[in-house]
Amino acid sequence: MSSAAVTTASASPATSTGKSVHARLGAAFSGRLVIIIPYVWLLFFFLIPFVIVFKISLSQTAIAIPPYTPALDISGGFSGFLAQLKQLNLDNYTWLTQDALYFNAYVTSVIIAAISTVLTLLVGYPIAYGMARAPATIRPTLLMLVILPFWTSFLIRVYAWIGILKPEGLLNQLLLATGVIHQPLIILNTYTAIFIGIVYSYLPFMVLPLYSALEKMDYSLIEAAKDLGCPPTSAFWKITFPLSLPGVIAGCLLVFIPAVGEFVIPDLLGGSQTLMIGKTLWNEFFGNRDWPLSSAVAVILLLLLIVPIMLFQRAQARAQEMDR
Amino acid sequence: MKSLGSIRRDFTPWNDPNAKPYIQFDNVTKKFGDFTAVNNLSLTIFEREFFALLGASGCGKSTLLRMLAGFEEPTAGRILLDGQDLRGIPPYRRPVNMMFQSYALFPHMTVENNIAFGLKQDGMPKPEIAARVAEMLRLVKLEQFAKRKPHQLSGGQRQRVALARSVAKRPKVLLLDEPLGALDKKLREETQFELMDLQQNLGLTFVVVTHDQEEAMTMADRIAIIDKGEVMQVATPAEVYEAPGSRFVAGFVGNVNMFEGKIARGEAGAASIDAGNGITIRTDNAGTASAGTAVTFAIRPEKIKVSSKKPAEAINAIEGEVYDIAYLGDMTVFHVRLDDGQVVRASTMNAARITEDPLSWNDRAWVSFRPDAGVVLTR
Repeated sequence: MSSAAVTTASASPATSTGKSVHARLGAAFSGRLVIIIPYVWLLFFFLIPFVIVFKISLSQTAIAIPPYTPALDISGGFSGFLAQLKQLNLDNYTWLTQDALYFNAYVTSVIIAAISTVLTLLVGYPIAYGMARAPATIRPTLLMLVILPFWTSFLIRVYAWIGILKPEGLLNQLLLATGVIHQPLIILNTYTAIFIGIVYSYLPFMVLPLYSALEKMDYSLIEAAKDLGCPPTSAFWKITFPLSLPGVIAGCLLVFIPAVGEFVIPDLLGGSQTLMIGKTLWNEFFGNRDWPLSSAVAVILLLLLIVPIMLFQRAQARAQEMDR
Repeated sequence: MKSLGSIRRDFTPWNDPNAKPYIQFDNVTKKFGDFTAVNNLSLTIFEREFFALLGASGCGKSTLLRMLAGFEEPTAGRILLDGQDLRGIPPYRRPVNMMFQSYALFPHMTVENNIAFGLKQDGMPKPEIAARVAEMLRLVKLEQFAKRKPHQLSGGQRQRVALARSVAKRPKVLLLDEPLGALDKKLREETQFELMDLQQNLGLTFVVVTHDQEEAMTMADRIAIIDKGEVMQVATPAEVYEAPGSRFVAGFVGNVNMFEGKIARGEAGAASIDAGNGITIRTDNAGTASAGTAVTFAIRPEKIKVSSKKPAEAINAIEGEVYDIAYLGDMTVFHVRLDDGQVVRASTMNAARITEDPLSWNDRAWVSFRPDAGVVLTR
């Protein structure tokens, strides 16, 4: 009787521990899952495609489907796979260094992207600043207006710029009618048109991070600076700008990175004379049907962009450590 | 009645008709749209004075400070500092500095750079800046925190950095917006005395905005009580407490019992007040109020005695029933319900550990007070 009572008594804590261990495992698993999901996503939609592109960039072009050799064939087993790997080489990368066209295209792209980024910053900062200082009640509306252009197709908006910028376009008609100029300006099919297109298209990507950095800032800091004898302009450079720097960097990266590889804007607004790497890649891929070479162009482009981002992240991590 | 001067030190320029005012608010009005934050307000503050603007939130006291700092311009009227009209002078050219309620420390600068900020603006030579910063750090006892950033400091340390930064330039006037608002009670009490010492040692004029009456009473030479953008009374802490000028001031500063009544009979300041329900209060402080005037008799809880028997010698004694007792350690607060229903608050210092006349809930009790204990208010 008493022994039975003891068993029940000892059994019940055992089951309850078992339950809680189970629950804890479940919690740990669901906790992990949250972390795993983005990694799985990156594995399938970034790393594997990148490996495929990289593999193609080491292949040779061929008149076949797919248009390169060796194509992945697992019928030969592991040894067959190894034999295929041996056929891969760096010929396409060597070729990229031999033709100045590619080097020039990379350099021009980076320069155009850099200039456009600076221009976007110059246009975007006052907009973001104005929004952040606007009465809290109208800020959501202003934010909406910044995002509004996304509701129209990007392609259509870039096409619309052709109508504005062409010699007999809206801008020239306006300037001629008001007597500012007597000869139509040639803007379309020049680098100027590319700058206009990039600044216009990427402005929201600059404004939004800037706005979020500026909006968080305590306005009493500016008042404190003024109170301590700092005129408004000087207060901007000593307080506002340094504090908005994370927003500036984020905005610049969000504009610079896609602008380097931009294809649609230089193609539609820049005409045939302008040289940018996105257009070069397009031509190699669709014009020459040279998949391996265009893959090599893409891999180099990726490396070109990844290096500055990683340097930036490293610097940021170090700055955070120093703060601690 | 004996005049109640500044009890802290021999400093009473406001009683000197020849004293030159240092800061003058001259019929100042400030409107934000339809809202009148400050309404035709006039004030004078003297050099080296520790002046407190006391009021509930939204009463316009912070607006006064911000107008002095230059962040707001008066809609009408003028503000003079040392005889100079401040209108149109931007904040960065005014010889005043402000300690912000949020401290407003620059988060991207170290403690020493925060303190040096104003000095650099003035173009002070580097060695002098370094010396002044070191002096300020010593003053607020933060020498070993010079290289820290604000987010690495505690609330009390941040408060001291803000203070050091605002006095580093040796301003003519230091403005303090709720300087102790974010500190816990104990730290607040310590810092009150530190602020007073600092003000004395540096010989600066301090104007502090606070909603905490205890803070204002402890620190200030004079207090201006502000309500709805108007000055209700300007006086020393003792005067504000013992001789409030109006019902509002009496009710705002400290606890008070108020009896509404009519002057029944009065001569030379002494009067009897008919407070209704058979209660007659005799007072020496009726001032010029003549018979028949509707008045409020106000008396502080600590001036009322509670006893179980009617004190034989008492001139004013009213019977009631103990309704509530709060034992606070240093003192005991009684709530006595008079027979007409009014509840009177009385507090007794617990000078001895054991009371000889213990009172309990629902006991019959007498509240008594001297004729000079209360004040008669007509406003």
